Amino acid sequence: MTAYIARRLLGAIPLLIGIATLIFVVMHIAPGDPTVTLFSPQVPPGLIEQMRELWGLDQPLHVQYFKWLAGVFTGDFGYSYTQGRPVMEIIVDALPQTLVLTLCALVLVFALGVLIGAYQGVRQYSTGDNVLSVLALFFYSMPSFWLGMMLALIFAQKAHQWGWPIAFPVSQPTSVDYDLLSFGGKIVDRLRHLALPVTTLTLALTAGVTRYTRSQMLDVIRQDYIRTARAKGLPERTVIMRHALRNSLIPVITLLGLYLPFLFSGAVFVEHIFAWPGMGRVIVGAINQRDYPVIMATSFFFSVLVILGNLLADVLYAWADPRIRHE
Amino acid sequence: MSDSPGRDPLRSEPGAVSPAMIAASAVIPGVGHVLAGRRQQGALLMTAWLLAVTLAIGAWSRIAAVPATGSADDWIAVGTLLAMLLSVWFAGTIGLARSHGGHSANRDSQVSDAWRRFRRSRTAMAGLAAIVILYAVVLLTPLIAPYDPGARVGDLAQVRLLPPSREFLLGTDRLGRDILSRILHAGRISLTIGFVATAISIFVGTAIGAIAGYAGGRIDTTLMRFTDIVLSFPRLVLLILIVSLFGRSITVLILVLGLTQWPSTTRIVRGDVLSIREREYIMAAQALGFGRVRIIMRHVIPNVLGPVIVAATLGIGNTIVLEAGLSFLGLGPPSPTPTWGVMIEGGRDVLLSHWWVATFPGFAIVAVVLAFNLVGDGLRDALDPRLR
Repeated sequence: MTAYIARRLLGAIPLLIGIATLIFVVMHIAPGDPTVTLFSPQVPPGLIEQMRELWGLDQPLHVQYFKWLAGVFTGDFGYSYTQGRPVMEIIVDALPQTLVLTLCALVLVFALGVLIGAYQGVRQYSTGDNVLSVLALFFYSMPSFWLGMMLALIFAQKAHQWGWPIAFPVSQPTSVDYDLLSFGGKIVDRLRHLALPVTTLTLALTAGVTRYTRSQMLDVIRQDYIRTARAKGLPERTVIMRHALRNSLIPVITLLGLYLPFLFSGAVFVEHIFAWPGMGRVIVGAINQRDYPVIMATSFFFSVLVILGNLLADVLYAWADPRIRHE
Repeated sequence: MSDSPGRDPLRSEPGAVSPAMIAASAVIPGVGHVLAGRRQQGALLMTAWLLAVTLAIGAWSRIAAVPATGSADDWIAVGTLLAMLLSVWFAGTIGLARSHGGHSANRDSQVSDAWRRFRRSRTAMAGLAAIVILYAVVLLTPLIAPYDPGARVGDLAQVRLLPPSREFLLGTDRLGRDILSRILHAGRISLTIGFVATAISIFVGTAIGAIAGYAGGRIDTTLMRFTDIVLSFPRLVLLILIVSLFGRSITVLILVLGLTQWPSTTRIVRGDVLSIREREYIMAAQALGFGRVRIIMRHVIPNVLGPVIVAATLGIGNTIVLEAGLSFLGLGPPSPTPTWGVMIEGGRDVLLSHWWVATFPGFAIVAVVLAFNLVGDGLRDALDPRLR
């Protein structure tokens, strides 16, 4: 198992270099450079040149490329053009916020998706199955940013207006008076702020897991060993939970890796709507201000997270299914 | 035709078609079908005919103005209306006459086989109907839209952010523009972007996948490694990056959406090609001395088209959502062009006080994407050989 993990980790290195290169290429074949934001009649002519020199843009491309690669491996992404602090510091601030959001959503997506999918698989073509299928497709077809806005409209504003007992906050991870709250109050406050963003992400992504689990369950239930289990008189509950569900869950693990890019894309929108200070907001802000080092670093981190997620999924898969790791 | 093999007993003709019925259909298409006992088809044809004629009469003043002042879009709308009228009329008359003899010529072909299974799914047919109606509505927009999408409908102080009413069915936005008209016009842009971008991605994806799968070896490794790199880049981030660096325009949007979607198609195609490459008929083609290009084009690609068509249908929905997302982040087509994403973005600031501005364009997206997903699912089931 250790050898397998080591092999996979080594295999990820060329992929990382490839991604770092892709980011560099995209940034440099684009017309214009970061100094375009400085052009204005008030700027003295020499200043642009000075800034280019300061930011290292006057150096030959290959030098810039190797500097960027070296930075990638040492974790030194330079200084932000607009915030005047190290890029790494910005990311260290923003990454945990995104991780909290996405991890909560990820757990819910898979828990709900597997539960609902398994139920649908067992009760194929029942009313419950049909209703859930249509519902899943409905949420699947919804843009997550619009869903987030609708949730905010209903569960924050209208809930308040109609006097529902619970209304949720719609911006920032904490309330203004967060520091004054007791320990328990702080936890409740955080959870309340997480509620709508996490619900948005979960609703938008659960459908895929549900559908996949359902079809896996349908495949497994027709297998001979399920008939054997039933034939030897095991209670239906045991057959489903122990024999069918466990085996149909193995391929679901692969979805974990496939889902991360969607999760992060969703997070970009959700952070935008709910004023959540995570990576998504950082990258959108940086792009609007042409803050090249921040753009490059955040794109790179997003890709690293995706690769790590894929790796984790592969390792889990190998752990769950011995046939894979001995190949 | 009488010796056509085994007429489907389930589709036995309810009644013979007489010339009188065809004549009746020539006056009002569909009547003949009803008389011949095909009520459903008849009702459908009559409804379509009624709608098209009503539209032609109702929008007559606009149609009459087209030759003098019309833009390309106006001409397309008039053409669509004409095509609608003609096709319904011909379906009512000639279609009815033809069906008399039975049209079982290619009943056993793969396509008609898949179509028969597709038709069995009620949800998929509903999705298909929705898509046909949506495209018709979008093409007919210049004749249907109640107001000019770009201009405010009256004095700004009085028509700004009006709630839905009889006059403005879906209300007006911050600049006093009619939301319904804007949704209709935006639909054309969104559907076009979705369609063209998906076409590009399917073309590129199929080409790369087929080459990688068929060539194998180093070419395969290189191409698939590149595909992996693109796949592990969160697509939205890549899109934001490229659109913001290369400028916002519909062309850039289409290209970028098309050129970032291909990896998933490539994977599907390559996987299928790998197994097809080992089949006997490919060996036979090789033994006959056909060139590589010919084998790929004539023998490999037609056999992977099923999953590709499914991917394309689902891809259109996906692309429309992404395009809306980019517009929402301020990276859509530049200002006067309405898209659904731009409209939702415009309603974001006033969401809590004027909910209709952002809500209705979202429903439009959901409707379109849902329709494409339903059809995609239906196609997947219809084309899946395991379910045969």
